[in-house]
Amino acid sequence: MNTLDPVILFFLLGLAAGLLKSELRLPPAIYEFLSVVLLIAIGLKGGVELSKQSFGALAGQIGLVLLLGFTLPLLAFPVLRWVGKLPRADAASIAAHYGSVSVATYAAASAWMTARGISYEEYMPLFVVLLEVPAIIVGIMLARGVSRDTRWGKLGHEIFLGKGIVLLAGGLIIGWVAGPVSIAPVGELFFGLFKGVLALFLLEMGLIAAAQAGNLRRHGLFLGAFAVGMPLVSACIGIGLGALMGLTPGGVAVLATLAASASYIAVPAAMRIAVPEANPALSLAAALGVTFPFNVLVGIPLYHRLAEALL
Amino acid sequence: MITAHTRKLLTIITETAIEKDLCADLERLGAHGYTITDARGKGNRGVRSASWEQSGNIRVEVVCNEETAKTIALEVKEKYYANYAMILFVADVEVLRPAKF
Repeated sequence: MNTLDPVILFFLLGLAAGLLKSELRLPPAIYEFLSVVLLIAIGLKGGVELSKQSFGALAGQIGLVLLLGFTLPLLAFPVLRWVGKLPRADAASIAAHYGSVSVATYAAASAWMTARGISYEEYMPLFVVLLEVPAIIVGIMLARGVSRDTRWGKLGHEIFLGKGIVLLAGGLIIGWVAGPVSIAPVGELFFGLFKGVLALFLLEMGLIAAAQAGNLRRHGLFLGAFAVGMPLVSACIGIGLGALMGLTPGGVAVLATLAASASYIAVPAAMRIAVPEANPALSLAAALGVTFPFNVLVGIPLYHRLAEALL
Repeated sequence: MITAHTRKLLTIITETAIEKDLCADLERLGAHGYTITDARGKGNRGVRSASWEQSGNIRVEVVCNEETAKTIALEVKEKYYANYAMILFVADVEVLRPAKF
C-alpha cells in the first residue's frame, strides 16, 4: 500500500534539494499564490459538502472539535515546560503551534485518501478553521497569564483576519452558498488543478523544511523527540474523538491527522506579535523541520491504519 | 541654483511580521511618510530568506528632521531590539523641499 504519491515525491524532491543546498528557490510571490489557491480550494470543497449537511447534526461535532483545540496545547505545555525545561514563553508558543493545525498537512491527507478511494467526511475543512484559533488563545494565556496588557482587540484582528482564516472561511462560505452545481465553472482551477498546485506547494514546503535543519541541530534531542511524540499522542486523541463523533474510518484518520499537525502560518504570525520573547526558530524547527515531514511521510498512513484497526 | 537642505535618512531593516505595528509607531512619532521594500539577508538571528511568510524582512526608510529621527530611533530601539531581528541606522541626506520632511 505504500507506493508513494507523486505529491509526496515532490515534497521529497524539495527536501533533498534543500538539504543538498541546491539553487532551487520558488519566487515568494509564487509560493504566496499557490497557498492562496490551496486555501480557497480546500475551503470551497468543504463548503460544498457543508451545504449538504444539516447544522443541527454538526453542532455536537463542532463543540467537540473546539474542545480538542483548547485541550491539545494544555497537554503539550507541561511537557515542554517541565520535561523539556524550556522558558515559559517558548513552551507556550510551541504548545500553541501543536494545538493548532496545518492546512498543508490536511491537503496531503485528503490527497492521500482520495488517491486510495477512501471516503471521509469532506466537510472537514470546517474543522480546520475551527482548530486554528483556540490554541492561539490558550498559548497566549499560558505565556502571559490572564494579563491586562494583552491587546486582545488587536490580536483578534490579527488572528481572525489573517490570510489563512479569511481564505479558508471565505471559501467555505462561497462553497456553501453556491452549492455543488454553480461552483462547477470555477472548479476547474480549484479542483481540477488541485493535485498539481499541491505538488508545487509541497516542493516549496520541502525546501522550507530543509532550511530548519540547522536550527534543529542546535536545539537538540528533546525538541526532535517532542516533534514526533506529540503528534502521535494528539493523533490518538483525535482517533478517540473521531470514533466518539461517529465518523467513517477515513474521517477518523483525517481528524487524527488534523490533531497531529502543527501550525506554521497562523500561529507563528500571532505569537510573533503577542509573545515576542518566544524564539520562533524553536517552534518552526519542530513544526516544519520534523512534524510536517513526519505526518506527511509516516503519520497519515499510520493514523489511517490505527483508525481501521480500532473501528 | 537650487538650495539643498540637510535632513536625516532613517533606515530600519526588520521582520515583516511587525510591519503594521512599526508603521503605526512611525506615524505617531512624527514621520511624514515612509517607504517600505521587501528585503532578505543574514544577521545574528540567522538567514532571513523571504521565501515564505515567517522569513521575510522589510527595509523601511524615513526622511525626517534630526529630532524626529532621534525620537523614532530611541523608541523603536526600546520597543523592538530585545525580541526582533532589527537594525537601524541614520545618515545625512540632501532634500530639495524641506517643508515636506
